[in-house]
Amino acid sequence: MSNYSYIVWIPLLPLITFLVLGIFGRKHFKTVAGFIGTASLLASTILSFIAAKQYFFVDGKVNGIFQKIIAFKYTWLQFSPNVSIDMGIIVDPISVMMLVVVTFVSLMVHVFSLGYMKGEERFATYYAFLSLFTFSMLGLVLSSNLFQVYMFWELVGVSSFLLIGYYFDKPSAVAASKKAFIVTRFADLGFLIGILILAFYSGTLDIGTLIERLTSAQSTQFTGIATASFLGASMLTWGLTLVFIGGAGKSAMFPLHIWLPDAMEGPTPVSALIHAATMVVAGVYLVARLFPVFSMDVTALQIVTYVGAFSALLAAVIACTQTDIKRVLAYSTMSQIGYMMFALGVSKQTGEEGLGYMASMFHLFTHAFFKSLLFLGAGAVIHMVHSNEMKDMGGLRKLMPITHIAFLIACLAIAGIPPFAGFFSKEEILLAAFHSNKLIYGVALFTAALTAFYMFRLYFSIFWSKEATHHHDSHGEGTLSMKLPLIILAICAVGVGFVPFSNFITADGAALETHTDLLFSAAPVGLTIIAILIAMSFYKTENEKPAKFAAAMGGLYKAASRKFYMDELYLFITKKIIFPLIGQPIAWIDKNIVDGLMNGLASVTAKISSLIKGLQSGKVQNYALFFFGGVAALAVLFIYLWK
Amino acid sequence: MSGVPLTHILYLSTALFFIGMYGLFTRRNMITMLMSIELMLNSVNINFVAFNKYLYPEKLDGIFFTLFIITIAAAEAAVAIAIIINLYRSHNSIDVEDAAEMKF
Repeated sequence: MSNYSYIVWIPLLPLITFLVLGIFGRKHFKTVAGFIGTASLLASTILSFIAAKQYFFVDGKVNGIFQKIIAFKYTWLQFSPNVSIDMGIIVDPISVMMLVVVTFVSLMVHVFSLGYMKGEERFATYYAFLSLFTFSMLGLVLSSNLFQVYMFWELVGVSSFLLIGYYFDKPSAVAASKKAFIVTRFADLGFLIGILILAFYSGTLDIGTLIERLTSAQSTQFTGIATASFLGASMLTWGLTLVFIGGAGKSAMFPLHIWLPDAMEGPTPVSALIHAATMVVAGVYLVARLFPVFSMDVTALQIVTYVGAFSALLAAVIACTQTDIKRVLAYSTMSQIGYMMFALGVSKQTGEEGLGYMASMFHLFTHAFFKSLLFLGAGAVIHMVHSNEMKDMGGLRKLMPITHIAFLIACLAIAGIPPFAGFFSKEEILLAAFHSNKLIYGVALFTAALTAFYMFRLYFSIFWSKEATHHHDSHGEGTLSMKLPLIILAICAVGVGFVPFSNFITADGAALETHTDLLFSAAPVGLTIIAILIAMSFYKTENEKPAKFAAAMGGLYKAASRKFYMDELYLFITKKIIFPLIGQPIAWIDKNIVDGLMNGLASVTAKISSLIKGLQSGKVQNYALFFFGGVAALAVLFIYLWK
Repeated sequence: MSGVPLTHILYLSTALFFIGMYGLFTRRNMITMLMSIELMLNSVNINFVAFNKYLYPEKLDGIFFTLFIITIAAAEAAVAIAIIINLYRSHNSIDVEDAAEMKF
């Protein structure tokens, strides 16, 4: 086994950048902050590619199975000889894949931001936050210990909070950042309890050991966790479900998805990085990381499946009605993550049945490229038009040819048209769903058609529709630093589908034979093309059809455009139920009983002191009198009374 | 000399002590108060000498203590008078009742 210890530098470089830019950036590196950040990330990216090459092509495989390698381990908190929290780096197929995805997309976003964020007052701070995020995300994917995962998980949440609230003088951005933080934090509570349950029964926090102990049906730990039950479900189900709730919070699964659309208040490159390609897939990554344990429990996997499928469908329906282009993309992200989730849910641990796992990871991989491309393209459009609303756009294909082509490629990729990347991964997901659950397959198929419809609605509204009449700034498509990432990512969105993914990343580490079945592909691709044609007839030129169709759909359209009243529901629950029924009584107890106790103590002390302060008269002779009186009293006490 | 019993001397010193104490409590003038304190110290000196003389004639410890107290009293008078002078400078008076700011 060869040495992977250089991997530790991949997360450390962004950390160093964060510290340097965070401490000195605003004063000393105001203009070059972007180049410093980009250069250090470039180094990280190169290291990641080296690591991936070494792992996948040189020495990761032993007897045809990819090994889990602990590249670095350090005992951090030793509680007792048996219980300790370690900091470690795990190298296995999914962590290496995530390394490549995170560093590469982050690099593209860094480069894009050079042009997009140019002239911002807090330019250095922006790059410092981006570096912090990249560090946290890399730390998260490399964690070999559940507690370490949790720490980086929170760090990722913090950096997301900071970046959403980057325009802190905008009240909506502040509200969005708070919402994102509170919702994900709420979910993280579940995650923490889940970790504690799993760790309590398995007796370890180390992921490798935990998986080993909880996956062999004979081990005492497994029988312990599987037989202990609480409210009618085994502790294994509870632990895994709670962990999944944490993942659902970060990955914006129903019903914890409400923060993601609002998170689009952040700068667009940030949305591309965090809320499309990397952070939001952390939940999927977490489930995949613990997948061997998940595969031991049917109930937990079913929860993952149905939550994922429902989220995918719900988000796709909502996306069809939104008018803010970033919100459309946000809902499409949620929908695609739903795909990844239910693909995991329908998967099994070994062999042919593990197709869902591989498909989920494959989709994660391809999605990162085309979704960040979509966001960066949207960023370029917003940069030009200075608006997020579709009605302010139209006819941009002549003004921004490169963005137009890149966006079209990304739309084709996400819609799943061969030979673009999304086709291959989505195909595998559909196949996996088809083999295990026909209902899920139907939902997935319908969602795929919806996806194609809303993506092309977006595409035609931005680039075709009416003629470009509005006034534009003269800076055209933006600088080279904005065009270059679009071009590179567009090439990736075409190319990455051809990566023989199943040879590298599977549930059990062994290569998986996959085959594309033309007959099977016919249904999804056909539906997709029909959906694209409908979108074309609706939106390619301005006409009455969309409005007529919306009117025909009546209540459904209205409900979808209001996001099925989820925000209102949350507000109702918090404002009408939690605040008056729980919050106010607790506030009353706090104000009257807890504070009252302290105030009472203080006022009693104050009263006593005001009663006896007369003794402190300032008259020396009084003091002398007390002194002699005291001496006399002591004399009487000791001579006559003390027996 | 042997005609004077110890108790008589103790009566004297007790009287002297309480006269000093009375002066300390009733007089407002700080110089007079200082003099009262000297009276009290001297009553203690008398006690020391008397006990030494009547109870342990072969030793000199009481006498030494007396000498020691006289020295201390001299130093104390110097400090006290310095305080009184400073008080006079700041308050234009050496009446203790006038210097009663240090209260609650």
